[in-house]
Amino acid sequence: MTWSAVLALAAGTYLMRLVGLALRHRVAVPERVERYIDLGATALLVALVATAALTEAGGFAGWARPAGVAVGALAAWRKVPFVLVVVLAAGTTAALRALGVP
Amino acid sequence: MKRTVDRDDLRDALALAAAIGVVGASFGALAAAAGVPVPLTIAMSLLVFAGGSQFLVVAVIAAGASPVAAVAAGLLLNARHLPFGLAVSGVVGDRWPARLLGAHVLIDESVAFSRARGSGPRARTAYWLCGGLFFVFWNVGTVVGVLAGSAVPDPGAFGVDAAFPAGLLALLLPALRRADARRVGFGSAAVALLATPFLPAGLPVIIGLLGLVLAGREER
Repeated sequence: MTWSAVLALAAGTYLMRLVGLALRHRVAVPERVERYIDLGATALLVALVATAALTEAGGFAGWARPAGVAVGALAAWRKVPFVLVVVLAAGTTAALRALGVP
Repeated sequence: MKRTVDRDDLRDALALAAAIGVVGASFGALAAAAGVPVPLTIAMSLLVFAGGSQFLVVAVIAAGASPVAAVAAGLLLNARHLPFGLAVSGVVGDRWPARLLGAHVLIDESVAFSRARGSGPRARTAYWLCGGLFFVFWNVGTVVGVLAGSAVPDPGAFGVDAAFPAGLLALLLPALRRADARRVGFGSAAVALLATPFLPAGLPVIIGLLGLVLAGREER
């Protein structure tokens, strides 16, 4: 690890964030495009959830994590408070791992 | 930030911030174990502030890849922040100081959290609350991890890796009440999962945007 690597990663990441924030105000965005930008963010977040819940390093993550996420999802769907959703998901996964489930 | 912070929002944001702090500590410990100098590790968390890419870059370099390849992999993983920026720019505001600062604290969790609070003043307050809290917890966590080193337990033992997708999903549920968003989300998840074994980290999530072909006509 070098300073130039850290600074390049930091600058590139910051620039991508800033371009997204600044671009929207440069041009008048028609309502149709506005809808796609909004749906696009949903698409990216759902893809993040799916891959983070099920995969690890390109393969299956094991059963403990998706089981925890499923319990959290069920709790969220039943309108359980957010803090409990997070705790239930983590607790389920932690308990399964303690029992030897990968 | 003349508005007062909603109590529930503060509590929910703190729950996520705590998990972010735990992962920050594991990043600090991992970087120390990989032989990354302490100032570099702390600078990375302060200046990059994108957990996934920080883990990735440290791991890739520790595995013997060139720094250029590692940075390229990290930037690919962070490319989703550009469309996220488009989506939350109305919430962050059009003043340059707000943009310049807001850009640095744009991460998956702050985007998801503020979107779950709509697009008005509450979403704006939530964005800055999350941005500030997550940034502080991530960096304090990193320092704790660096100092504690191998004494930091594996966060997997606490199931923290399940907390993030579950939390993000809970934040997404209001958006998924729209039928078009559900179709897009379904397509996006399917594409991203199918692509994961074959593509480098970050790309599967971005091509999840292909789910937009299922957007169809607007409906509420």
